[in-house]
Amino acid sequence: MTRRERADRQTGLVFLAPALLMLGCVTIYPALSVFWLSLQYRIPIFGIARFAGLDHYAFLVRDPRFLNATRVTLVFTVISVALELGLGLAAALLLRRQSAARQAALSLLLLPWALPSVVTAKLFEWLFHPTAGLVNFLLRGHRINWLGDPHWGLAGVILADVWRTMPFVALLCYARLLSIPPELYEAAQVDGAGSLGGFRRITLPLLRPVLLIALLFRTLDALRAFDIMFVLTGGGPANTTESLTVYAYRSLFQTLQLGLGSAIGVVVFALVMLVAWGYLAVLRREGSRS
Amino acid sequence: MKRLRGIVDTLVLLVLAIYALPFFWQLLTSFKPDVLLLKLPPLVPTKLTAAHYHVVLTQSPMPRAIGNSLGVAGITAALALVLGLFAAYALARLPVPGTRALLLGLVAGTAFPQIAIVSPLFLLIRALGLRDTWSALVLSNASFALPLVIWLLTGFIREIPEELEEAASLDGAGRSQILRWIVVPLVAPGMASAGLLAFLASWNEFLFAYTFTASEASRTVPVALALFPGVFEVPWGDIAAASILASLPPVLIVVGLGRFLVRGLLAGALKE
Repeated sequence: MTRRERADRQTGLVFLAPALLMLGCVTIYPALSVFWLSLQYRIPIFGIARFAGLDHYAFLVRDPRFLNATRVTLVFTVISVALELGLGLAAALLLRRQSAARQAALSLLLLPWALPSVVTAKLFEWLFHPTAGLVNFLLRGHRINWLGDPHWGLAGVILADVWRTMPFVALLCYARLLSIPPELYEAAQVDGAGSLGGFRRITLPLLRPVLLIALLFRTLDALRAFDIMFVLTGGGPANTTESLTVYAYRSLFQTLQLGLGSAIGVVVFALVMLVAWGYLAVLRREGSRS
Repeated sequence: MKRLRGIVDTLVLLVLAIYALPFFWQLLTSFKPDVLLLKLPPLVPTKLTAAHYHVVLTQSPMPRAIGNSLGVAGITAALALVLGLFAAYALARLPVPGTRALLLGLVAGTAFPQIAIVSPLFLLIRALGLRDTWSALVLSNASFALPLVIWLLTGFIREIPEELEEAASLDGAGRSQILRWIVVPLVAPGMASAGLLAFLASWNEFLFAYTFTASEASRTVPVALALFPGVFEVPWGDIAAASILASLPPVLIVVGLGRFLVRGLLAGALKE
């Protein structure tokens, strides 16, 4: 190693240190300490703090509320991600047809994505208003109590979330579509493929990697989603929209069971990491194939 | 042919505008007088008023919250950019051991669920006496933005041809000078993208802000909106006006600086 290399290496460590220190204190340390918290009984207002071992986890396995929250989280994730991918792909195909005023179109597309999720919740609370809401008005007098009826609550939450996040998927697909050379379609036409054939044989295969990435990002976000159900329905009606994140939050800061709430947080953490790891394995296989 | 193209363009814009309708509907609601609020039809109100904005701006916690949010998000973005720039330069250019592992760790870092670390972070912030301060929010938001910022800037710096830096180095410039006078000007658009994403994330952030704040001294816009006071009935018009105000910075960013946003989003998702 030359003297310059050694100096560069030292500079590199100095440059990295502040960022790593911050990540260490505010992200890594809490992420490790949540495991430790989840092994304890911690109820600050009663001054309770003692070791619990795996008690919280043993409790959760048989806790109907936890099983319900798991189900809500999975249903929410699967349905909203599927809708986002489908609609996002459709929006991208539509956008590609457009030639002028692309910037205006992208601004309109990204508008719902850029708003705070609390604002989204307020927009949909108003749209879903049982008597004065636009949705029921457009349904011509069907008086559905969207956010108050256990049959419809989760659907309302999913709709709001899909509205907010579909533009991200659309943007990724659109960017990929723009990079497909038109000659490919012309060649397919010469071979006698119609526009549907072109879509199936050219567009979809080329979009596959982007769709996989969008699937990964959106699944991770959906598993972590909190704001939209917390503000729009607060987990109700009758806990039908209580996801794992909302259950964790209520345990942590409403019933003040820090240990139990942390254990639920750990479950969300594990779920997210499991999904991330699974997708990475798939992406790597895709990568080595192409 | 040209006319057909014009029609298609208009149609696409129309579809997108209809998609964004929930926002425009709230915009319309924010200008409806109270007597018309709970009446539907008519779809288009016969009278408009700015009264709700007046109420929100003079009698609600929103102005204070907007100040808090601008401060917190601005400092968060600046802090994340400065720390991120140094770290990214080290990862992109300097022979630091374990660069690959660090980059992989950063990707994992972007997937961290807030809910999992909110409880230890809450205890930490309380122990440091930072509850209900801007600092608590800046620290947690900047730390959450850092992985993405470092990841983006590392990619952008790697795109700069290295010869420029080598030439400066032969002229006797140190690494800090190279970073300041060569890298920063070239990577400025990338820094704009990363900074905007960090600003937006902080402006929109709810869970930390809701948990770590306790009063109007530090409550941010999403928290103030979620807790918007109503005495006897829900003040739909005021809430609509407040949510439009809460949407202003994101809307301005999307309309005015959409280019940078798109670049950051695509680079964040599609770079290996």
